[in-house]
Amino acid sequence: MHATYTNPEFAYTAAPELNSSTPVRHPLIVVGAGPVGLTAGIDAALQGIPTVVLDDNNTVSVGSRAVCYAKRALEVLDRLGCAQNMVDKGITWNVGKVFFQDRMIYQFNLQPESDHHRPAFINLQQYYLEAFLVDRATELEGLDLRWKHRVIGVQQDADDVRVTVDTPDGRYFVHCDYLIVADGANSPVRRMLGLESTGQVFQDRFLIADVVMRADEFPTERRFWFDPPFHRGQSTLLHRQADNVWRLDFQLGWDADPELEKRPERVIPRVKAMLGDDRDFELEWCSVYTFQCRRMDRFRHGRVLFAGDAAHQVSPFGARGANSGIQDADNLIWKLKLVLDDHAPDTLLDSYCRERVQAATENILNSTRSTDFITPKSETSRAFRDATLALAEHFDFARGLVNSGRLSVPSVYRDTTLSTPDRDAFAGSMSPGSPSTDAPMTIDGEETWLLLHLGDRFNGLYFAADGGIPEPDLAILQALAQDAATPVTTLVVGSDAKGIPGTVAVADIRQRLKQRFDGRPGTFYLLRPDQHIAGRWRSLNQETVRAALARAIGKG
Amino acid sequence: MHEAKHLKSEARLAAPDDFYAALMNMHRDLDESQSRLVNAKLILLLANHIGDHGVLTEAMAIARDGIGDAPGRPSESPDASPQHRKGPRS
Repeated sequence: MHATYTNPEFAYTAAPELNSSTPVRHPLIVVGAGPVGLTAGIDAALQGIPTVVLDDNNTVSVGSRAVCYAKRALEVLDRLGCAQNMVDKGITWNVGKVFFQDRMIYQFNLQPESDHHRPAFINLQQYYLEAFLVDRATELEGLDLRWKHRVIGVQQDADDVRVTVDTPDGRYFVHCDYLIVADGANSPVRRMLGLESTGQVFQDRFLIADVVMRADEFPTERRFWFDPPFHRGQSTLLHRQADNVWRLDFQLGWDADPELEKRPERVIPRVKAMLGDDRDFELEWCSVYTFQCRRMDRFRHGRVLFAGDAAHQVSPFGARGANSGIQDADNLIWKLKLVLDDHAPDTLLDSYCRERVQAATENILNSTRSTDFITPKSETSRAFRDATLALAEHFDFARGLVNSGRLSVPSVYRDTTLSTPDRDAFAGSMSPGSPSTDAPMTIDGEETWLLLHLGDRFNGLYFAADGGIPEPDLAILQALAQDAATPVTTLVVGSDAKGIPGTVAVADIRQRLKQRFDGRPGTFYLLRPDQHIAGRWRSLNQETVRAALARAIGKG
Repeated sequence: MHEAKHLKSEARLAAPDDFYAALMNMHRDLDESQSRLVNAKLILLLANHIGDHGVLTEAMAIARDGIGDAPGRPSESPDASPQHRKGPRS
């Protein structure tokens, strides 16, 4: 099996700490070089935090695991300079179709609005995603990626984290200011610290079968079947991935024997029943999984910060696992940078816990509801499920009830203390706490996208009047750009004035910025380094923006 | 018994016997599982027609009252009853 991909073997290198007579201390150590740990490490290195990433293995993910990467995750990876390779290699899709028994009952488009840089989703095998992240990580100075370094002990006190690491050359101790734990759902570090992730185990099993086949007549869309003729009484999911590899998920029921069901002689007839006897395919991978929805009570424990599956776990329906883990890193790293530089109080890191616990709670809620719909556990819940599906074919209202997975959308941090609540009236969805939407624009006549020019630091988005920027507003923008702790670079929409320090003149070529942000002359948005909106006003006032900035870094 | 606040509980059916007969007739010649499906479709159609979450949850509470143990709090919003506290059900 695995004809299309050979896992790389990354070189082990001995730790410099092995021969050090004095304790070595790093600002940041990340445990786990999966999608979340690598995202965190790259983001940290780009922010100028010297970072060590430790992984107990020496390769990328093996087999068929995460598949769907959502628009928001791609936007984060764009900020880190590595999304384009993933989009080029992956399969772009926006449409999902839902089938019940022998017919399609409805379809949905996850990106009904045009003029966005990134699609709703790409499908890409997890090993490719990780390999692109490793490529990016190895380009960066200040990122020390260590393979075959297994963390076997973690101790912390008020000022320090001490990590014990086992390697082929023996054990070493290393210290850090902060430790990010992204070592997966079974998180050995979580266990070492005596912490728990608690929740609900679902009593069902699913078979994953990856097959290689030519099937160009299948459009690139997500297909979900409830009770299809080829797999009666159960559900099935189909996704196209790179290299003509197709991912099939078959619901098996709780009583299925996982060892038996993953044998090719059991899998191949199921695949043939689905694809037809005439279809040539090669079986690339099969495994059987069960799933859980659970999380830790808190993602921050002193100087140890949990991210990704280590902190929270969801069922696969909705693609909310890796996507939310990438957003954990996105939320955390800019805060760590401000704290490490003494520009923000250490309590800013508590907002990581609050904001991402809110996101995890939403993801778990959605994922649990999807799973309850997909795998009904009583005669009555099955009757309601089937009634919903039968009605959905004919009645629009019932389509809203069909739940084959509520696909990953970013959380809006509605209640975060880092946002400044609206004082002025705005239309649209760009309220404080929201991740910024995207829009096409030009800079110096070059077409580009808003989100490629936001992030890593605080940004402003200012809508100029036809005559340009009034003198008082210009003075405020320039003062904000020179702030020592939180310099603000402002994109100025609709002004030709170039070369003004701290500002970038952008042209709203299709009027999407104005429309999506409800921009009027004088409107100013303040955006966090993770592109979430911190505050917005109809007119610019330096004290107001400074107070919002202070609030956004936990000083408010 | 729950006191109805949103739900109209005074008599509103002009011909109650006709309605009841139609309801019974809807199930004629169906087995238990077919009837269960038809009931489910009927509830979904009526729920959408009513379209008022307060009325619907009140009706559910009255329907359930006194039957079995009281149900757990439904998870209506992300901040409501955290699912993660349910504990394993295996």
